[in-house]
Amino acid sequence: MADTARNKPVDWLIFVLLLVGALVTVGPFAWMLTTSIKPDPEVFRYPPTVFTADPQWRNYIEIFFAIPFGRAFVNSVIVTLAITVLQLIICSMAAYAFACMTFRGRETVFLIYLAALMVPPQVTIIPNFMLVRTLGWIDTYQGLILPFAFSSFGTFLLRQYFKTIPRELLEAARLDNCGHWRIYLFIVLPLARPALGALAIFAFVSQWNNFLWPLITTTRPEMQTVTVALSTLQGQYNTDWPLLMTGSVLAVAPVLIIFIFGNRAFISGLTAGSFGGR
Amino acid sequence: MSTPAFARKDELTAWLFLLPSLVLFLTFTAIPVIAAFGISFTQWDLFNPAQFIGLGNYSKLLSDPIFSRVMGNTAYFVLLSVPIQMLFGLGCALALNRGIRGQTFFRIAYFLPVVTSTIAAALVWAWLFNANFGLINAFLSLAGITDVPRWLASTQWAMPAVIIVSIWQNLGYAMVLFLAGLQNIRADLYDAAAMDGARGWRRFWFITLPLLSPTTFFVLIISIIGSFQIFELVFVMTQAGPANATNTLVYYIYQNGFQFYQMGYASAAAMVLFVIVLIMTLVQYGLQSRWVHYG
Repeated sequence: MADTARNKPVDWLIFVLLLVGALVTVGPFAWMLTTSIKPDPEVFRYPPTVFTADPQWRNYIEIFFAIPFGRAFVNSVIVTLAITVLQLIICSMAAYAFACMTFRGRETVFLIYLAALMVPPQVTIIPNFMLVRTLGWIDTYQGLILPFAFSSFGTFLLRQYFKTIPRELLEAARLDNCGHWRIYLFIVLPLARPALGALAIFAFVSQWNNFLWPLITTTRPEMQTVTVALSTLQGQYNTDWPLLMTGSVLAVAPVLIIFIFGNRAFISGLTAGSFGGR
Repeated sequence: MSTPAFARKDELTAWLFLLPSLVLFLTFTAIPVIAAFGISFTQWDLFNPAQFIGLGNYSKLLSDPIFSRVMGNTAYFVLLSVPIQMLFGLGCALALNRGIRGQTFFRIAYFLPVVTSTIAAALVWAWLFNANFGLINAFLSLAGITDVPRWLASTQWAMPAVIIVSIWQNLGYAMVLFLAGLQNIRADLYDAAAMDGARGWRRFWFITLPLLSPTTFFVLIISIIGSFQIFELVFVMTQAGPANATNTLVYYIYQNGFQFYQMGYASAAAMVLFVIVLIMTLVQYGLQSRWVHYG
């Protein structure tokens, strides 16, 4: 709760401190941007210059020829969108069963799904890698997408929200001879748009930034995602800082844009885990 | 209303709703967890058949000097990054909770690093920490420090550099959780305290901090779990160097599994991570009832 008795000098001091802090958190993004357009010799000038008098935009074209960055970008878009859509469908179906239906074994299955939240992803990565390799799915979209198409977290988040939908509404629909599929599609899903939005943004942001899995399951540059392409760019051009910064700008731009427009939904999804109750 | 036949049809529908999630869950989470446990008892390079060696990998971990180094580094990383990011996060949350001007801007500004690709963030920071041309050493020289650290090239300073970036990236997450916790504290408790003459620091010590304790505990556990999984910063900034000075648990799992093809040994190290995370999570669940005030 905000203080009622305002303390002007203290407020100003806090404001200035917050501003300095914001400079530190946002600064590296600005540095990314200005370095990406600096001409080569200026990058290594000492002390460094902040702004360049001679902006070079050619890096934003060159990067698409240096490595298949355009292809990596398209791969990331395909993989991230597919995972987001699949998580919305699959998690919402599971959440509907847990929140709106009664069946034997419901609590047990739900508990097992919840327990999965305790498993660090790095634990399953070796068996999953072997599975995907055995199936011949290295360098394929299905190999990149399917292991992430379901999430326990998403199911938990949606179930909490579905539980807040008034029971009377669902019961009335049942009395009107409405089946579960219709209730799910035409009542629950439309009402749960805020929760679905939060999960969509959450899934998009985390999958766009995913690294270890695409790193080990792609070998051909044409199948790499943006994060992996960026790490190989570092390996090949580790002195071409403007080019590396160009790649970084392009890698963070989509998530930053999505986050700035959807930050409320994202944060409500994030904090739901801690205050959702049980 | 619901005849047995009707109920049975409902049961079937429920399992149909669960079917896609069950298939994916079993394939990519449940069975792999069991498999990882099994693989940790084998010696397996992916190309030759796996050999059962019992607890061999685990006893090897115990006597492996690099693994002790890795665990020491990971502990150093967790012990330094977690308290600092929590303190900064709490500070920012308290400041923003005063209804200060520009709070939407600050909230977004502090949270941006959290949503950013760690790979991209690590690249910029590697450049900022560059010993010869980096902005950080330029600032330090400007401040009159002549003996600037070599940062990522120094066994002493590489880990602090990684820790600084990790704090930069995660403090926004702690801030958001603290902010949500602060907003859950009921206003009338403050009003009652004000009637008793409690203001400023007393108010903070006797109301805010105790009522925030469940949040603090949650943030603590989540931050510890997250810190144990540090990987991408190390991958980009130092590749675990110099001389293993920044090699951490998940990097070691990656190194053994996907660079040295020692799947069994890597799985055993992954089990160590699993046990640590499991203990943390169980502690969180176990103590929840003691900490959560439904205030």
